[in-house]
Amino acid sequence: MPLGLLKYGLSKEHPAPRFFRDCTQPKKSYDAVIIGGGGHGLAAAYYLAKDYGITNVAVLEKGYIGGGNTGRNTTIVRSNYLTPEGVNFYDASVKMYEDLSEELDLNLFYSTRGHFTLAHTESAMRTMRWRAEVNKHVGVDSRVVGPDEISEACPQLDIQCSGQAPILGALYHAPGSVARHDAVAWGYAKEADRMGVEIFQMTEVTGIDVKSGKVVGVNTSKGYIETNRVLSAVAGFTPRITDMVDIETPIVIHPLQACVSEPMKPWLDTILVSGSLHVYVSQSSRGELVMGSSLDPYEVHSTRSSLDFVEGLTSHIVDMFPFLSNVKVVRQWAGMADLTPDFAPVMGKTPVEGFYLDAGWGTWGFKATPISGKTMAETIARDAAPDLIQPFRLSRFEDYELTGEKGAASVGH
Amino acid sequence: MKLLQCPINGIRPLSEFTYGGEYRDMPNPDTCSDKEWAAYVHYRNGAPGVKKEWWYHGPSGTWFIAERDTMADKVIRTYIAGQEEAK
Repeated sequence: MPLGLLKYGLSKEHPAPRFFRDCTQPKKSYDAVIIGGGGHGLAAAYYLAKDYGITNVAVLEKGYIGGGNTGRNTTIVRSNYLTPEGVNFYDASVKMYEDLSEELDLNLFYSTRGHFTLAHTESAMRTMRWRAEVNKHVGVDSRVVGPDEISEACPQLDIQCSGQAPILGALYHAPGSVARHDAVAWGYAKEADRMGVEIFQMTEVTGIDVKSGKVVGVNTSKGYIETNRVLSAVAGFTPRITDMVDIETPIVIHPLQACVSEPMKPWLDTILVSGSLHVYVSQSSRGELVMGSSLDPYEVHSTRSSLDFVEGLTSHIVDMFPFLSNVKVVRQWAGMADLTPDFAPVMGKTPVEGFYLDAGWGTWGFKATPISGKTMAETIARDAAPDLIQPFRLSRFEDYELTGEKGAASVGH
Repeated sequence: MKLLQCPINGIRPLSEFTYGGEYRDMPNPDTCSDKEWAAYVHYRNGAPGVKKEWWYHGPSGTWFIAERDTMADKVIRTYIAGQEEAK
């Protein structure tokens, strides 16, 4: 990339580089069709091509790539979960992220910051100790730290939180990172396209054709496509897709809102999360504070954002950082989070042959982008889910074998 | 949606209310299969549409039903469960 830039610098010609071809009309048939051009869908396409040589693949995106929850999250990558199954899975993702800029030949601005989950109550401290021990057991770098160590890492933080909710300690997770979320989607799109995957934007799936319990094709706004393998990776639109193939899931949709402040000089090195105050905050490479909160309390299928959210969130941010009281919020938005009752995803095969599900990513999807792409590619290529994602299979609900991750959600929901 | 009509107390700010999930019929636990019971416990209708939902007005302790369009976030009507016809 740097040499390429130099070439343009010395030349009078400045061709705008395209990340992927401008595909307009899909072919008659594909070996696999991926619904959803977000990070997860594009990563699955990339690993299908790279790991399994399956390149006759179409990615169908009803808007523009990375325009859904991939571009709406707060970009935090971590693996300090509560269950050994979850910690193993997200740890594999963090390890892939660390080398991903190199692999995709694109600067993802992957920045390891250290991640503090603040505890304001004794019961929160108990959960932090629990998570720390599970993490250590699996080999993930997490430990419980006291207020002194938090103050040292972030001297700007009011450790008393304006006296409202004094911080007793935190779970410190050294590998906690942030990355540029759009770049993750675009990087996967670029490399998948280079290997032959076709990406169709503004192409909506209107139906899935199932005959004798097997997928045979998809109806789209650009015509019918024959295929035996379909992956749904559509986050908040999952229930609409599963309705097309008559599959029941526990997924419900609640909006999750976030906002950013005006840019400031760098002052916040770490990622801070407070479950009790319903806040997570980090400073982006542009200097904006990226802030998120808990889910909206009831089901809505739209990405509207509300004043209630900004009022609630900023009042807690000011409890933590009183000096921010004059800083302005410049943008706010929402994404449609596809929630499961155990706060773990739904991944793998389904009762319909050839229909694969990568869903239930609620508030925890971005960090799993590389590993979900890799494991879903394996599931599609071999028609069998790898052991790593067995705890997330759809049939776990009928078997009452849930993977309870609610205690590791970044804020109390 | 910022205001909600409580069937007892009239129009009140949304902050006084709690969402109770979609109204669903419970299968008979004595006669249904394990699979049907698991589906009742876990599975939900997640697609958008006009849904019958439980809502709770906290200050007065009133549970009631709201028919709401979950795409537009607009309430069509609210009533006490079982008193639908009276409205």
